[in-house]
Amino acid sequence: MSIVIKAENLNFSYPETESTPKVDALKNISFEIEEGTFTAILGHNGSGKSTLAKILCMILESQTGSLTIMGKDVNSENITDEEIMDIRKEVGMVFQNPDNQIVATIVEEDVAFGCENLGIPSVEIRERVDNALKEVGMYEYREHPVAKLSGGQKQRVAIAGVIAMRRKCIIFDESTAMLDPIGRKDVLNIIKKLNREHNITVILITHYMNEASMADKILVMNEGRIVASDTPEKIFGDPQKMWDIGLDVPQTTEFLYKLNHYGYSFPITVFDPEAVAEIVSKEFSSVE
Amino acid sequence: MASIELKNVSYTYNKSLPSKITAVDDVSLKIDSGITGLIGHTGSGKSTLVQMLNGLIKPDQGEILLNGNNIWADPKKIRDIRFKVGLVMQYPEYQLFADTVEDDIAFGPKNMGIEGEKLNETVESAAFFAGISKEILKKSPFELSGGQKRRVALAGIIAMSPEILVLDEPAAGLDPAGRRDILGGIKVFSKIKNTTVIIVSHSMEDMAMYCDDIIVMAKSKVIAYGTCSEVFSQHELLTSTGLDVPQITRIAAALKKNGIDIGDDIYTVDYAVDKLIEKYKK
Repeated sequence: MSIVIKAENLNFSYPETESTPKVDALKNISFEIEEGTFTAILGHNGSGKSTLAKILCMILESQTGSLTIMGKDVNSENITDEEIMDIRKEVGMVFQNPDNQIVATIVEEDVAFGCENLGIPSVEIRERVDNALKEVGMYEYREHPVAKLSGGQKQRVAIAGVIAMRRKCIIFDESTAMLDPIGRKDVLNIIKKLNREHNITVILITHYMNEASMADKILVMNEGRIVASDTPEKIFGDPQKMWDIGLDVPQTTEFLYKLNHYGYSFPITVFDPEAVAEIVSKEFSSVE
Repeated sequence: MASIELKNVSYTYNKSLPSKITAVDDVSLKIDSGITGLIGHTGSGKSTLVQMLNGLIKPDQGEILLNGNNIWADPKKIRDIRFKVGLVMQYPEYQLFADTVEDDIAFGPKNMGIEGEKLNETVESAAFFAGISKEILKKSPFELSGGQKRRVALAGIIAMSPEILVLDEPAAGLDPAGRRDILGGIKVFSKIKNTTVIIVSHSMEDMAMYCDDIIVMAKSKVIAYGTCSEVFSQHELLTSTGLDVPQITRIAAALKKNGIDIGDDIYTVDYAVDKLIEKYKK
């Protein structure tokens, strides 16, 4: 598999202003993301997650270190404006607040907005918009006013806009945080489908540990650094470490971990409640 | 503690239009102590209900009683009710406006006529309960992190010493430590100031940790109201209305199917572990 994003020793600071001191948001960040993978980024508020996301889709520019996106060194002095635009066409982003990223009044116009800016012929835009809306299950709403949709539906429209632009990599910056359980489930299912069926590289920034447990790899950030980078099994396999930096583990893991204090040796990184019940009942039914 | 009671309350949006929607349909309930959680998925009517509690929306039918008195008895006095029932809206950090944190917190009490030394005391005590350190009182609220801003907005409402504090999704968008800070602070405030608190949330895990009672709304009606254990034991009812039960509750339900019965009131991990060990360990 090819590497789509490779970061080496990235640093980023927000400059000093009249009232605030300089903030080192990213400190020596290095990681690689392979094509078609699902990566979750965990970390508490202010740990640098969103700064990193903005650098990856080139809203912000890292100050030192090297960043290669789709094979192009974006920090190189020789990079042309066209090349920067090309990279921006590969990496899309869906933000947290659905109301902050809707630009048009009608669903299909909003989805088409990005494509129009790319100068795609209108016949093709029509086709892309229809397909994208079907993909997120919002096709029946194509002529509805966006303002009347629920938060989850708006977020699906925003995702459709990114799909229509055919991004190879999509960053979701806490895109489920403001949604209710149903909206969250819908959006997560779409994210999984994009990744598994369409081979889109997904980076999901989240506070929900059970969402992170679906990823191929988790990056844990704390105070501007990547403090761990591994599979969900390895990351959640050490709950104490997560608790120490103010994060959590899925309840399934917490349950098995705490049972192990009583002398059991359950594998603690099982994330499906039914599967947890299965292994626990095997142990306990033999007791009775 | 202050009590708030709804008697056969209904409210319909767009009454005279074909698009009319009854958001709250003949709801009766009484909340008079501790922390009560209000859950229900989007469109269940909980936001409408919450806005009726402090008189932002007037019910079409029924009465809302604060400490036994109808809040709409004299519509001219509804402003007083808004001081007594404090409402912290969703994402309140977007409503900060003053030059300093201190001024922002002081805005409410100032409008109630509090001034001088008393005002300073009020602001400091509110900042304390919301977990705001003294150093940031002189800062601009716009320099703060999201979690800090949220706490400033909360302090602004606490400063009005409401008899009833209503919070719409107070922990949304915060990380686990931030959620614990803000919800823990609200719990301490409720205990020490003897204030009745109502929290609207989607997070069953948070509700299970911090609430004494839970009200569940679906399709404009209250479908369950009881202690955490009474409500969470009805997980089939909850899932059928599109709500998510905590993962640990699902584990307990699956265990029961396999013949390991640790009770129907499982909603925190520690309790589940205790029950399982107590009942089934050799």
